[in-house]
Amino acid sequence: MARQNPSTPNGSTVAAAPLTLALRTGRRLAGRVPLHLALIGLMLLWSIPTIALLVSSFREATAIASSGWWNAIKEPLDLTVDNYQRVLEKQGMARAFFNSVIITVPSTVLVILVAAWAAYAFAWMKFPARNLLFLLMVALLVVPVQMTLIPVLRLYTDVTVDAELPILGGRIFGTSSFVGMWVAHTAYGLPFAIYLLRNFFGSLPRDLFESAYLDGASDLGVFFRIVLPLSMPAISALAIFQFLWVWNDLLVALILLGDPNLAPMTLKISNLVSSFGTNYQVLTAAAFVSMTLPLIIFFALQRYFVQGILSGAVKG
Amino acid sequence: MATVTYDHVTKRFESIVAVNDFNLMIPDKEFLVLVGPSGCGKSTALRLLAGLEEITEGNVYIGDRLVNQIPAKDRDIAMVFQSYALYPHMSVHDNMAFGLTLRKTPKEEIGRRVHEAAQILGIEDLLKRKPRQLSGGQRQRVALGRAIVRDPAVFLLDEPLSNLDAKLRVQTRAEISKLHQRLGTTFIYVTHDQVEAMTMATRIAVMKDGLLQQVGSPQDLYDQPHNTFVAGFIGSPAMNFFQATVKGQREEMHLDTGGFRVPVPASRVNDLLPYLGKEVIFGIRPENVHDQEYQPPNIEAAPVTAMVDVTELMGNEIFLHLVEGGKPFLARVDPRTRARPGQEVRVAFDMARMHAFDSETEKAIGPSEER
Repeated sequence: MARQNPSTPNGSTVAAAPLTLALRTGRRLAGRVPLHLALIGLMLLWSIPTIALLVSSFREATAIASSGWWNAIKEPLDLTVDNYQRVLEKQGMARAFFNSVIITVPSTVLVILVAAWAAYAFAWMKFPARNLLFLLMVALLVVPVQMTLIPVLRLYTDVTVDAELPILGGRIFGTSSFVGMWVAHTAYGLPFAIYLLRNFFGSLPRDLFESAYLDGASDLGVFFRIVLPLSMPAISALAIFQFLWVWNDLLVALILLGDPNLAPMTLKISNLVSSFGTNYQVLTAAAFVSMTLPLIIFFALQRYFVQGILSGAVKG
Repeated sequence: MATVTYDHVTKRFESIVAVNDFNLMIPDKEFLVLVGPSGCGKSTALRLLAGLEEITEGNVYIGDRLVNQIPAKDRDIAMVFQSYALYPHMSVHDNMAFGLTLRKTPKEEIGRRVHEAAQILGIEDLLKRKPRQLSGGQRQRVALGRAIVRDPAVFLLDEPLSNLDAKLRVQTRAEISKLHQRLGTTFIYVTHDQVEAMTMATRIAVMKDGLLQQVGSPQDLYDQPHNTFVAGFIGSPAMNFFQATVKGQREEMHLDTGGFRVPVPASRVNDLLPYLGKEVIFGIRPENVHDQEYQPPNIEAAPVTAMVDVTELMGNEIFLHLVEGGKPFLARVDPRTRARPGQEVRVAFDMARMHAFDSETEKAIGPSEER
């Protein structure tokens, strides 16, 4: 029902309010359109290689050789899973995938465990030469991996334990052993991990720790009940970084793993390149297999990146 | 329930002395407020008691127990932090239950105590929420609740109201006082706000530069400050100070500030006799400076003419910023006053309420003198 007297100041403001609101919302949306278009454009541009890889991995060898990957859109029925079958069954990629998991998961977990303890001590416990030790730790960040390869290899050869590791295979320790890979990757990952976590732990409010001490918590209690739950964003970020580094590592595996049965996927794919030359279809499928797990890990943990878990700890 | 004793306690951070030879005995069930400007060592004194800082020299006792070497968690104290320090990943219930859980209190007991504390503070319907879903005032209550459920011998509160808005602060002030009466436990409260100290304390301890200046009931500190610092710190607006020379014998004795002269009341003549011909600091609170037209009866009025600089209307009274002989001072006068900026006004000092301090030691002369 229209108002009887629209000229009253009261009536006009009430009628005008939704209109201005709608206008303002419209203007705000319009302002965002160019930004969103730019973002979508960039995203597509960045995704093209991956999409090309994915599409090619489902095409036959002749198709790949004769036409570009975008032609697959015209003939979607010509796609095939043969490449994946071949890679997984005949090229031993399934075993390599398994090896990659065996190498990567413990190397990631170990780094987080050790680094979290160390970072807590560096951030909150008082001991002599704390800052000096931390500085040395950070200084290790600039040592290139390549410089350490030969000394580590010589050391591993000297201390090789030449008995077979049950279940997983390979030696117990030294070259061609999973344990050796875990230790190496953990050691390479620690400086950055400790640096990252110490800075995050150090930024937690001191009052929280003191409050927990007064509540009766020990250092261990504070670590497990306060620090770890609050540090999930940093720890998951670290987990993703470390996982990707180890998963994508070719160099360390190439040097320290002599036994082809223990080779992770990176090593396997690089061998495929040399033995198959131009057989792209196998390479694309193999590459995509090696991407699946990192993608899953990333999507599983990405919400911790954005979650501001600290809000509400202290007034702010 | 416990007394707290600081016995010649000193705390040094490298070369800085944060707390200097601090001596204080706090009886059971007292509400003691430690007050002073920022950096005066009041928070450090509290943290020494809590066990969050190590004592450099001296002893701290809770009850009869020497606690210097006893870790914070075994001192039977609870502390409310300025930032509240709520555990952000835990619900309100778990925040309050945390201390009891760590002490392996039976579950039913924890539930009972948390609900009891929540009821006292009126936060029962918030128990399932996370701290980030609470307003500042609600967080503050949860922090208090966390201390209450522990049922400690001593409550320590470190500026718990600083993060609240003015209205909520006044309200919470009264609630904390009520809580103290209800729990009947020793409260030690740190603040830089002398209004909080005056309104809540059984006794106030004023600190400055790590040194304890004066301890006493709010009224004692207000009426008989031991030195110019306490006199200026307690009371708002602050006391007016003038450099003055003591002149004249006996009945003739007066204080000459250079700008004006005021007679010394008979009751104070003997105190000031040794200072005859010397400089002293003459202090008078703004509320003891009246507009002569509206001056109350039965005061020992000493008239002074001054220039009005600024007037501030408070509703029930007016603050006059006055200048006499180049020296600014403040008067709280009746709101009917006709004083206007730029004009002269006749005010009356109530000399019965005067304060005098030694100009070198800044210590009180006469009845307020430290005993």
